[in-house]
Amino acid sequence: MNLLKKLGPISPSKQDKLAYITLRFFSLIVIILLILMIGQLFYASREAFSEFGFKFIFDDFWNPIDDEFGALPFIFGTVVTSLLALLIAGPVSIAVALFITEYLPKSISSILGTFVELIAAVPSIIFGLWGLYYLAPFVKDLLTPALKAVFGFLPFFQGPSFGIGILTASIILAIMIIPTITSVAREVFRSVNILHKEAALGLGATKFEMIKIAVLRPSFSGMVGALVLGLGRALGETMAVAMVIGNTPQITKSIFAPASTMASVMANEYAEAESDLHLSALCLVGLLLFVVTFVVNLVARTIVWKQTKGASK
Amino acid sequence: MKLSKSRVIKNLIFKGLLVLSALLVILPLILVFIFLLQKGSTSISLDFFLNDPKPVGEIGGGMRHAILGTLIMVSIGSLIAVPVGTLCGVYLSEYGKSKIATALRFTIDLLTGVPSIVVGIFSYLIFVVSFKSFSALAGAFALSIIILPIVTRTTEEILKLIPRHVREAGLALGLPRWRVIFNIILKGSRNSLMTGVILAISRAAGETAPLLFTAFGSMYMSYNVTGPMASLPVQIYNYAISPYKEWQQQAWAGSFTLIIIVLGLNLSAKFLFNSKKLKKFFVRKS
Repeated sequence: MNLLKKLGPISPSKQDKLAYITLRFFSLIVIILLILMIGQLFYASREAFSEFGFKFIFDDFWNPIDDEFGALPFIFGTVVTSLLALLIAGPVSIAVALFITEYLPKSISSILGTFVELIAAVPSIIFGLWGLYYLAPFVKDLLTPALKAVFGFLPFFQGPSFGIGILTASIILAIMIIPTITSVAREVFRSVNILHKEAALGLGATKFEMIKIAVLRPSFSGMVGALVLGLGRALGETMAVAMVIGNTPQITKSIFAPASTMASVMANEYAEAESDLHLSALCLVGLLLFVVTFVVNLVARTIVWKQTKGASK
Repeated sequence: MKLSKSRVIKNLIFKGLLVLSALLVILPLILVFIFLLQKGSTSISLDFFLNDPKPVGEIGGGMRHAILGTLIMVSIGSLIAVPVGTLCGVYLSEYGKSKIATALRFTIDLLTGVPSIVVGIFSYLIFVVSFKSFSALAGAFALSIIILPIVTRTTEEILKLIPRHVREAGLALGLPRWRVIFNIILKGSRNSLMTGVILAISRAAGETAPLLFTAFGSMYMSYNVTGPMASLPVQIYNYAISPYKEWQQQAWAGSFTLIIIVLGLNLSAKFLFNSKKLKKFFVRKS
């Protein structure tokens, strides 16, 4: 309280001003930090950019030994694993969100909700370890033969499986983004007008029909937002993917084949990058990833924000 | 009114699908738990916590250095991020309409979405490049960037829960605004604010990617924050992808420890936080 005594002679309005300036100062520091981060990424990747230009995005060879870098295999890996994860996680998470908001009594729904939140708390590295020693053998020995038996005629389901590869990474990613999608979808469903639900039930709709008419239809855009937010998380996920994707910079048709993502290549090569150009190329990959996740998150937030705000009026 | 059979059946099928998906979501969590219990509990012992690693081939050895390393880096990270994050949260909730507040809100949103590996690169470029050495400090800085947005977010949300009349009562008593904010509002919601901090810390404790090329990892006990330092997640990663059985065993034991720390923190935060209690506190006081 010494400080208070010292502040004694300062008038209360001046004290307020001082506090306000302090708060604003720290806020500005955080804003500057972000600007600095973006600036640093640009600065560090300038060498690679001036060397390769926009060709960097479309070239599909990555060869640190000859200092040749093209990010297409990583963009491919990131996009394919994320979309596949979304395909697996999307329906399941939305179903769970519906189950929690529309069916379960409050006491049980909070338990299930906690379980889903706990998935989000499990560190990425642990999912990676589990994926490497548990999921990969499962995918190799059981899932791959089953998928081949059913969809084997499609080009995506051909080729040998080593357990580690696009499919395994996608499953892990799916597990990891389920909490994100579920929690946003729950928020969206909760903002649905309860009168509409009662009206649907009053007209004699079954619960399924009520959900279809009064819950799912009006929250369509919100659900899209939740999915896009999940996609944003999947794009940037690093460790779990790095451990199970096989880290091969290649573009393949088969979902059983190993690949590599933008995040995983950074995790694998950054500490060992020898040449300046290699480091710079990795930074450029980081910058690309940053921009992509930024755009995706922005789109998702705008959609979700509009939905939940519009409905609560 | 009689419902047609097909509508009833559809209704049932739908419900069945929802139950199935709920089970499907919980399944991986349970599988991960069983896996860690099976593999981790058999290889965990007192030695694991008290010893540093031994070379391949020698029996024994533990992860004392990594557990302490995580503790040190997370502590430094939160020492930086928690005060700054709290102040930013206060600014957003109390002065949230200015242009800077809008920019800050946007920044925090963006920081939450930045992949942690990119945070790692940023920290590398700032610290490792300028000091020409991997350092625990760089790792702690990266972790602080991960902690910061979570703390700011929760602080803003929690302070918004506090009814307006509490602030008005404080001001009516003639207190300057900053004392209302710091002595009444922040102090009263201390416990709830702690939950945000604990959640953020548990998140940071499990982060691997930003530490890979900032703190880098080491096989020795080290208290030197300007040199490389081991951390539990990085150690798990290095051991997990190694070809040696003993090391993989250690990785499982490490994961078992890590998940107990992280989920323990998470659950305790959940019990600590009780928005109803928070409201009651303020209603009674006013």
